[in-house]
Amino acid sequence: MVPTSAAAPEPLKPDDLPLDGRQTLAWPMDPETKTVRNGSRLNKVLLLRLDPEGFDPETKERAAEGVVGYSAICPHTGCDVTNWHPDRRLLECPCHYSMYDPKEEAKVVSGPSPRRLPALPLKIDNGKLVVAKAFIGRPGFQQM
Amino acid sequence: MKRHRLHAMLAVSGLALAAFAATGSAQQPLPPLPKPDTPPPVAPILQNYKPVTADRLKQPEDSDWLMYRRTYDGWGYSPLSQITTENAAKLKPVWTLATGQIEGHQAPPIVNNGIMFVATPGNQLLAIDAKAGNLLWRFKRPIPEDMLLLHPTSRGVGLLGDKVYFAAADAVLVALDAKTGNEVWKTTVEDYNHGYYMSLAPLVADGKVIVGVSGGELGVRGFVAAFDAETGKPAWKTYTVPGPGEPGSETWPNGDQWKTGGGSVWITGNYDPDTKLAYWGTGNGGPWMGDQRPGDSLFTASTIAVDVNNGNIKGFFQYTPNESWDWDEVSPPILVDYQHNGKVIKGLVDVARNGYLWMLERSGDKINFVDGKPFVKQNVFTKLDPETGRPEIDPARKPATGKKADFCPSLWGGKDWPPVAYSPKSRLLYIPANENLCGTITGEPATYTPGQRYVGATSTLYIAPGADHIGELQAWNLDTGQKVWSHPFANSQLWGPMLATGGGVLFAGGTNDRFFRAFDASSGKTLWEFRTGSGVNGVPVSFQVDGKQYIAVQSGWGVDAARMQARLNLVRPWEYPDVPQGGSVWVFALD
Repeated sequence: MVPTSAAAPEPLKPDDLPLDGRQTLAWPMDPETKTVRNGSRLNKVLLLRLDPEGFDPETKERAAEGVVGYSAICPHTGCDVTNWHPDRRLLECPCHYSMYDPKEEAKVVSGPSPRRLPALPLKIDNGKLVVAKAFIGRPGFQQM
Repeated sequence: MKRHRLHAMLAVSGLALAAFAATGSAQQPLPPLPKPDTPPPVAPILQNYKPVTADRLKQPEDSDWLMYRRTYDGWGYSPLSQITTENAAKLKPVWTLATGQIEGHQAPPIVNNGIMFVATPGNQLLAIDAKAGNLLWRFKRPIPEDMLLLHPTSRGVGLLGDKVYFAAADAVLVALDAKTGNEVWKTTVEDYNHGYYMSLAPLVADGKVIVGVSGGELGVRGFVAAFDAETGKPAWKTYTVPGPGEPGSETWPNGDQWKTGGGSVWITGNYDPDTKLAYWGTGNGGPWMGDQRPGDSLFTASTIAVDVNNGNIKGFFQYTPNESWDWDEVSPPILVDYQHNGKVIKGLVDVARNGYLWMLERSGDKINFVDGKPFVKQNVFTKLDPETGRPEIDPARKPATGKKADFCPSLWGGKDWPPVAYSPKSRLLYIPANENLCGTITGEPATYTPGQRYVGATSTLYIAPGADHIGELQAWNLDTGQKVWSHPFANSQLWGPMLATGGGVLFAGGTNDRFFRAFDASSGKTLWEFRTGSGVNGVPVSFQVDGKQYIAVQSGWGVDAARMQARLNLVRPWEYPDVPQGGSVWVFALD
């Protein structure tokens, strides 16, 4: 995983993410070819490092050293989920204010979103954050 | 041995094929394809579809509602008068129809001689027998899966001849055959990959179909564009943000900022057929913080007068120079004459998102300032220049990059997109206002990425201390400039487009309790209310078929009404009800 903001793609380590801080937006990068998979914005992922104490069992299993990964694309109308409420540790979409709890599979806490953010199970490989399994659920949003 | 195996495999394959064929033969046979050049079947009621002429658009029959606000002046007034203050309490539903869509159903049911056209979210258009409720045809255009559509809604269609014009969300203008719903032509207005989308009802004037684009939060350069109504051929395109050397470009002194300067056009312009000028409201600048784009940022947060012959901007009035509060001038002014200081003014009246009621004059090509006053709590403007109307701004109330400012009204303004109505009988202007809402905005740097959010701000909403209501339906006398009555809603915001009628009855929904209501236009008293399945965000209309008056509206909560509700529930948790989504068309009448 490499940050979307980086000029040169450097794989992220858990310590690169602020503990209990705002989410980092990232692209997946092929570890062999170093290809950054940013051809579709639906590949965009958000990463958060949290105290795993409050995680539900599913989230605990998918997290790596407290880092959880979710699709960054709001399933409502497709905005990047960029807002962060540090007091309650909730994610918020800036467009229509859907809120998600990253400690509980990014379930919808409030707002118009029809479903939770798809989770991306992570693991640590050589100290780097790596995708462990495919997205749980389909990234993207429903255009009726 | 090998050969034997191969045979066995073939045998198995053969079995598989046989099984497939057997399943195939059990399927329901399909009807034959229609022969080429065979006209599609037309519902009997559509066989005598009454063409819409330029004259009918200028002077519609009382029974019809042919455009967004029924008449070019934007009044939202039907002269029909069978439903009165005496009998409105007896209104009953006649029919209802599920649209199959969620999100904000904002479009008026457009009615031509008993045929109703309803645009819904999801790029859908329904043609309905307005009296009986039969669905005659349905048009649906897929919305691209990768499209960022911030306002999933449509505000209706335009009509001319036997065509129906639909501004599809993915910035494509489509002309349909009113009798069949088949596409006659379509033309791409702009590239949705660059943040452009459309949500308005097209304006049909002077043989052209005229649309504007949304996308001010996505780094667009707003524009109004006209197309030949018959062929779809582009006629002209006028940007709301001028390029270098064009009038107003001096208000964009910083490099290429005009290229992503915002100025969305959310709502159908109103039109003066005598001068051929169409008046459009323009959205705020992009990014939101004015300190990032020094200058007045013309023609954002303005009304522009556009000559429909050639698209030239002949006049303008800017409500909020260097706008930084998300106060799009989302709706256009209505065209109405009023008295001011003993003189009759050929007027434009705008109920602005910045919380001011603006009395303007349309004088030849120019738009002159006459008067302006707040209609809700407004603490940003310290005064207006008496000659030009330019506001003086309290710098403490203006957000900027790295600076938080606290201000009223909130970013949704004193009135957002829901249109006002004006009755020539009562000579009152009816405003769906939101009072007592304030907020903060904190500016932050914004980076432009094509098609992505380009705002640079975070915001909060709060309710003013001591407030006893939010939603407030107001009536203003334009000749005296005074508020005559107001109807507060204690527990709801008001996102209800207004309908005024000749029977002295007003209609509006817009509250979070899912009611659609009738009010006495002279007092604001509730005469009748009916609870629909969802919140009523739609523009209500009135029409007549076979001598009987009907009221029609769409129910379907969503977009900004729902977004404000989400914020209110953070301010006062559990005090605001969950409003289910799901659209339907409703038609009401007396027995």
